[in-house]
Amino acid sequence: MTDWLIKGAAPLGGAPTDLRLRDGRVAEAGTNLSAAGAQVVDAAGLIALPGLVDLHTHLREPGREDAETVASGTRAAALGGFTTVYAMANTSPVADTAGVVEQVWRLGRDAGHCDVRPVGAVTVGLAGLRLAELGAMASSAAAVRVFSDDGHCVADPLLMRRALEYVKAFDGVIAQHAEEPRLTEDAQMNEGVVSARLGLPGWPAAAEEAIIARDALLAGHVGSRLHVCHVSTAGSVEIIRWAKSKGWRVTAEVTPHHLLLTDDLATSYDPVFKVNPPLRTAADVEALRAGLADGTIDCVATDHAPHASQDKETEWAVARPGMLGLQTALSVVTETMVATGRLDWAGVADRMALAPARIGGHPVPDAARGGSLAVDASASMTLFDPAARWKVDPYALASRSRNTPFAGRDLPGRVVATFLRGRPTVLDGKLA
Amino acid sequence: MKHLLSAEDLGRDEAIAILDTAEQMSLLGDRSVKKLPTLRGRTVVNLFYEDSTRTRTSFELAAKRLSADVVNFSARGSSVSKGESLKDTALTLEAMGSDAVVIRHPASGAPHRLSSWIRGSVVNAGDGTHEHPTQALLDAFTMRRRLGRVNDLSVTIVGDVLHSRVARSNVRLLHTLGAGVTLVAPPTLLPVGVETWPAEISYDLDAVLPKSDVVMMLRVQAERMNAAFFPTEREYSRRYGLDADRMAMLPDHALVMHPGPMVRGMEIASEVADSVRSTVVEQVANGVSVRMAVLYLLLGGSPE
Ligand SMILES: [Zn+2]
Repeated sequence: MTDWLIKGAAPLGGAPTDLRLRDGRVAEAGTNLSAAGAQVVDAAGLIALPGLVDLHTHLREPGREDAETVASGTRAAALGGFTTVYAMANTSPVADTAGVVEQVWRLGRDAGHCDVRPVGAVTVGLAGLRLAELGAMASSAAAVRVFSDDGHCVADPLLMRRALEYVKAFDGVIAQHAEEPRLTEDAQMNEGVVSARLGLPGWPAAAEEAIIARDALLAGHVGSRLHVCHVSTAGSVEIIRWAKSKGWRVTAEVTPHHLLLTDDLATSYDPVFKVNPPLRTAADVEALRAGLADGTIDCVATDHAPHASQDKETEWAVARPGMLGLQTALSVVTETMVATGRLDWAGVADRMALAPARIGGHPVPDAARGGSLAVDASASMTLFDPAARWKVDPYALASRSRNTPFAGRDLPGRVVATFLRGRPTVLDGKLA
Repeated sequence: MKHLLSAEDLGRDEAIAILDTAEQMSLLGDRSVKKLPTLRGRTVVNLFYEDSTRTRTSFELAAKRLSADVVNFSARGSSVSKGESLKDTALTLEAMGSDAVVIRHPASGAPHRLSSWIRGSVVNAGDGTHEHPTQALLDAFTMRRRLGRVNDLSVTIVGDVLHSRVARSNVRLLHTLGAGVTLVAPPTLLPVGVETWPAEISYDLDAVLPKSDVVMMLRVQAERMNAAFFPTEREYSRRYGLDADRMAMLPDHALVMHPGPMVRGMEIASEVADSVRSTVVEQVANGVSVRMAVLYLLLGGSPE
């Protein structure tokens, strides 16, 4: 494999350094490294971050290849600076057997844009009635560690307890889509001032918070690992902070869109802003940013959810919930967390690479050094230009779908290059 | 004014212009030839995704009295989740050269979506649990005719506010026109967030009636009790229904209104619905005048 010399990048925003990548590792780090025998990337002014990890990606394959494929979704991931994505299980067929998770894993390996780690369903067919063969998925070639019925909540408290207990045998984690189903029947958007005015049935914050509280108690009781998907309310942040103070093994993620957007966008009735859990209020956004900054929320996860245009160019109530996220995530985090002084680049590396990898059960080898990209670290990294700005064009994204809520927005920062174990997947902002 | 999507979009002057124009239109109803040539050659499409003979007929009469060509595009049966999409239907209507589309749809916001897909005007004839602006306009028109003004009236709206597009439109429009609105309902049938509306909230109908100039009863569907909004029809009717005893608590001049269709014996007793205070039948006639005014102002030009 060719050596690559990254000239003058700032690892985690620190002093500019040259990095020589060889055999999937950082072979040398220092100033004025020789370029002999290496391809050179001029990285002056660029931040080097460990390759980003997304714990929550919907790749839609198998089943809805019109909306996204493993190949198209992982191209978007690489362009967004990601080197690993966890592919959610709500495909068709559902990823609830060793066969399906291995299929997704192989599709990811063959596409080669980033590592694809399949998430296994908790219950057969996501139906919430009986456990899927979690052990078989864990032992498969896909080595599944994260299990989730995402899109649905594991609502039955006994089934949730059993799932939490069962995956301890292989250090698995249950990633819960926290949504009390009875409290959210027909729900269309955050329940509050805006839903009252628009006449759209409300999705109350309590429906999320009640499940998180219940699951935290269960995880504490049986000593298991619980991961809370897409935390969206201020109350959820408080409950998670409380659960962590008990020493329970509870982790949580927040999406970029919940860090930036609010429920008043529904006033347009444009379903590009329809998502589950829904966009909340400015007070919730503030609490989520604070929670991510202080570590109550462990990581950012995109909940990248592509939908074909016929599933979005409709009345609000008919539209499918979900938003694209992979190619805008780092820019949105820059705008909401870095530009506001809440996280430095080391913090971004933690929340977008190291913490999600740890939660997902595949920690990056240099995690102990804080993702510092020193000698011997994994050469999976992204080079990011923090000074650039770009306008989001849905038609220019790599996804097969165009449902980005950030269309037309001017966002800071641009992924210039992504390396996956020493091999470029993106160079000059384009697929390598 | 390009579209009429929401009563919220109407400023005070615009709303009054519609009511004044409706007043002129109503004079036409007394003539033997009930037609104006104003919209000759223009096409108005009634696009109804819900059964509502009452509203559709009202719009149809209004358009025909202005000499417009009327097309009833019945989308009934093509439910929102199957059949041709709203967008494809919109493009079809566009290709047919429609000048205005009057839409009734079970999904809140459907008229907003439609207005982004077609060049012509869109009139919201009721969307989901969002708004029904022409109903609010005809209600205000009826109040003004009977009581001489809307400004400073005390209007009490009673019933299923949560699911009512009539309530949403009335609260906005009556506030714009200077009336004071009180909403009375069991707390389960008021939306979370209602405290930000320009209206008072009460759970006690008897306390509010003596100071009401108008009491507007909303339809309450019995099936709501299956979702635990209230225990039984009987309890609802006892606490929030308008019967003769309660009607006697109203000031002498006060009106009883109902947007229809009524559930007699539930929210309103028959003797109340049929009393001289009731404007139910008048509201229907006024609906045509108000809808003529809306179509005239959207398509024909400004009022003289
Ligand atoms: Zn989810």
